[in-house]
Amino acid sequence: MKKLVVIGAGMASGRMLEHLFEVAPGEWDVTLFNAEPRGNYNRIMLSPVLSGEKSFEEIVTHDAGWYEAHGVTCRFGERVVSIDTARKEVTGEKGAVAYDKLVIATGSEPFMIPLPGRDLEGVIAYRDLEDTNRMIEAAAPGARAVVIGGGLLGLEAAAGMRLRGMEVTVVHLMGHLMERQLDPAAGYLLRRALVDRGIEVLCSANSKEILGENGKVRALRLDDGTELPCDLLVMAVGIRPASALGRAAGLAVGRGIQVDAQMRSSNPDVLALGECIEFEGQLFGLVAPLYDQAKVAAATLSGESASFTPREVSTKLKVTGCDLFSAGDFAEGPEREDIVFRDPARGVYKRLVLEGNRLIGAVLYGDVADGNWFFGLIKDATDVSEMRETLIFGPAFQGGAPADPMAAVAALPADAEICGCNGVCKGAIVTAIQNGATTLDAIKATTKASASCGNCAGLVEQVLAVTLGDAFVAPTARPMCGCTEHPHEDVRRLIKAKALKSMPAVMQELGWKTPNGCHSCRPALNYYLLADWPLEYKDDPQSRFVNERNHANIQKDGTYSVMPRMWGGMTTPDELLAIAAAAKKYNATVKVTGGQRIDLLGIKKEDLPHIWADLNAAGMVSGHAYSKGLRTVKTCVGTDWCRFGTQDSTGLGIKLEKRLWGSWTPHKFKLAVTGCPRNCAEATCKDLGVICVESGYEIGVGGAAGMELKETEPLAKVASEEEVIDITVAFVQLYRESANYLDRPYKWIAKTGGLGWIRAQVVDDLENRACLIARFDLSQSIYQKDPWAERATPDYQRAWSPLADLTKEAAE
Amino acid sequence: MSFVDIGALEDIPAQGARVVRTKLGCVAVFRTADDRVFALADRCAHKGGPLSEGIVHGHKVTCPLHNWVFSLETGQAQGADTGQVQTFAAKVEAGRVLLDAAQMKTESAA
Ligand SMILES: Cc1cc2nc3c(=O)[nH]c(=O)nc-3n(C[C@H](O)[C@H](O)[C@H](O)COP(=O)(O)OP(=O)(O)OC[C@H]3O[C@@H](n4cnc5c(N)ncnc54)[C@H](O)[C@@H]3O)c2cc1C
Ligand code: HEM
Ligand code: SF4
Ligand code: FES
Repeated sequence: MKKLVVIGAGMASGRMLEHLFEVAPGEWDVTLFNAEPRGNYNRIMLSPVLSGEKSFEEIVTHDAGWYEAHGVTCRFGERVVSIDTARKEVTGEKGAVAYDKLVIATGSEPFMIPLPGRDLEGVIAYRDLEDTNRMIEAAAPGARAVVIGGGLLGLEAAAGMRLRGMEVTVVHLMGHLMERQLDPAAGYLLRRALVDRGIEVLCSANSKEILGENGKVRALRLDDGTELPCDLLVMAVGIRPASALGRAAGLAVGRGIQVDAQMRSSNPDVLALGECIEFEGQLFGLVAPLYDQAKVAAATLSGESASFTPREVSTKLKVTGCDLFSAGDFAEGPEREDIVFRDPARGVYKRLVLEGNRLIGAVLYGDVADGNWFFGLIKDATDVSEMRETLIFGPAFQGGAPADPMAAVAALPADAEICGCNGVCKGAIVTAIQNGATTLDAIKATTKASASCGNCAGLVEQVLAVTLGDAFVAPTARPMCGCTEHPHEDVRRLIKAKALKSMPAVMQELGWKTPNGCHSCRPALNYYLLADWPLEYKDDPQSRFVNERNHANIQKDGTYSVMPRMWGGMTTPDELLAIAAAAKKYNATVKVTGGQRIDLLGIKKEDLPHIWADLNAAGMVSGHAYSKGLRTVKTCVGTDWCRFGTQDSTGLGIKLEKRLWGSWTPHKFKLAVTGCPRNCAEATCKDLGVICVESGYEIGVGGAAGMELKETEPLAKVASEEEVIDITVAFVQLYRESANYLDRPYKWIAKTGGLGWIRAQVVDDLENRACLIARFDLSQSIYQKDPWAERATPDYQRAWSPLADLTKEAAE
Repeated sequence: MSFVDIGALEDIPAQGARVVRTKLGCVAVFRTADDRVFALADRCAHKGGPLSEGIVHGHKVTCPLHNWVFSLETGQAQGADTGQVQTFAAKVEAGRVLLDAAQMKTESAA
């Protein structure tokens, strides 16, 4: 009999031996080494063992009887330490054995991030039964685990430990879970499902250090300083082919042991298969292709011809209740077309990617019943042109209905707040409808929903339509943009009512029709999210217009203008000297603006971080002349100098500007404070203008001086500076919370039906005023930072310069 | 074609762009949400706006100056606007961004 030695009793070698004994029974005398102290088992079923849904005995694939029946000499619990290909001999920890043919099937090793503390007790990977048992043992209720890595393995580990009662946090470096298999929308749904099970999920989180106590893990520290206490830390961040034995034996090794299509390594008597190999530059991490390799390897050993071709793989997450499926290539690409279907009510997301007449990729979440049908179409490269229109509805459904714009409202729970002003929930409106209020006016009268600012009227109409069915036809409002059916008002309300805190969350829950929005909705959504969730949402520069992304105003020739803040229009000789020096250094054109400050024009993008550093050094910060946010506060000289002055208009203007600067608003926001009704600071054409009089201060709002010229309307008259500041801050916050993106205050005021509602909120209702101010200040704690100082760093200087200069190479 | 390495994929923000100086003028190298790269002349077909500063959505970019939208794949203006921006071959290999420099040489000579 020929001698066959197999290193590794894993999923690939187990399958290969089955084929071998089938095609060539009795021909081989097999010795099987395994580092693990056991034989072949179904590794992928470790997750159900962890969660308690299966026992280890149930997942063993080959037992002692099987090895005996086939005459396999088992050397389990013995690691192979070297291979001598010249002498055709393998040495294990307990001795050597000769071979005619050798098969290496050593699988892969989990990658451990080289963090300080990785050697502490309680830091483990997720690969074998030992790891699984460590997790099961640690799982006392109340015990805490941290899992680094939000891929397939990490999430299965997290879900399993959670089912056993542990407190689990998943720390994931990328912006969404399973980013290699899922797009952001499906990643969002998955995250929501895990959070619903009580698992904490941190994305875009970078681990820095593992902290220990007496040699045992105690916590994970992130690079932002957050500490996550834990008794067990599981690293599941990737695998590496276990190719060291092959390399030491002199075989050709790239990332894995290189093999040909017959599974032969560079030495014809040594075969390799499974996760330890590299085939045409490709590595393997799922079992389906390994089973193909097992068949080929068995054929090669028996002298038959067979050849391995990698095939498409599909992924399913083995977490009960999280139904997701992904297969093929779902990147966008030239000549590729997306078909997106979202059903917010059922939490379903489906995306198909077509190239020409072929389906090449599919991502499904929530309803994966058609996954294998799509996978078949992908593998077989079926021509789908005939069924293109209805493809996404699956094999059972030909002739599908269009997405339902009402689905998001239908899906709202009864306690979702529809009217923010009066705190009216969907349930209350439905009850009112059932009691006979079947028009918008009747709802207003009975529940007060939409009776105040009126922003939610569209949503109330949708609740009517959903509840009454065909009996009510909701007037269709103008959608935000081509990506959605919803108008701005509805989107704003739903972001609050459904607590949507990320761009993928909004797009999924409100049924966006495009994968990632457009230049019109993205800046609006970015604003709504940062205004409503200042602590939770992270500003997305790529969803901002160029000026706000680059913190300068782009000019028609592609250069920028730079405008430092001059508080209340006041400056000093030293500031002017610094401005003059910067203007000379960067060759700027100097213009005195209409906003009482100085503009430096013609600055090149790569110079911006440098000129900012110079201006910062002289104590100046960004003037935000580019922002949908607080611009300037113009003042006159007031009682300091003017013989007509009634109050310190300059001082008050500076106080207002110091309080408000850095805040983002739906559109630009300009203020002025003028010292008497002669109005030298032109306060009557500002978004908010203060006119000082002998007895106090008159506050006007809703002015503008653009294509439309608007005079302010009086909002309030107050006696003290403190009240001016409070009312101003409250007004700005109310505008931030309820206006549509790109509506100046005068437009917003008109839409709320005049100043009455606004006055009630910010002037009359003192408690509400205080709440608005508190919310504004909370937001300022995040956003009142000088964007120039944050960007005047070498990193930005590099990032804002050209990526490469090919003018020299191109000349060769 | 002769591809030259111009930098790492991470050097370009996702849904953003970086500029490469060439004899033909600046070329904008875009990275889309799905981590593909595209290279286009950094001059809008309308009035020369820097496309590299536009908002990237799907495989399209919106010019920052007057909101013309261009396909990153073909350089064609979308919708009612007509015009085309020159495209260049670009690809990602092992995390590095490669740009076809030959194309730039021949066309600058022409
Ligand atoms: C928890 C978990 C869940 C998974 N879920 C899925 C899934 O749902 N779907 C899917 O397709 N894939 C899944 N996988 C991946 C799948 O298990 C692997 O692709 C597969 O096990 C690889 O098979 P293999 O034979 O190459 O290696 P392995 O199964 O890892 O076997 C290699 C064996 O070689 C032994 N060995 C290594 N070096 C030596 C040495 N020097 N001497 C002796 N013995 C040695 C090892 O101890 C090991 O037992 C999962 C993996 C894990 C860990
Ligand atoms: C892209 C177009 C525009 C550019 C580049 C631009 C630029 C500027 C700049 C740089 C200033 C000086 C501001 C400061 O010191 O902060 C300014 C002031 C001003 N702009 Fe514009 N602006 C634009 C559009 C508009 C529009 C649409 C309006 C009207 C709605 C407007 C009305 C004003 C007014 C009234 C001032 C004077 C400010 C004041 O008196 O407080 N501008 N503009
Ligand atoms: S507004 Fe009145 S106080 Fe201010 S400078 Fe003009 S005249 Fe003087
Ligand atoms: S320059 Fe690009 S749209 Fe006008």
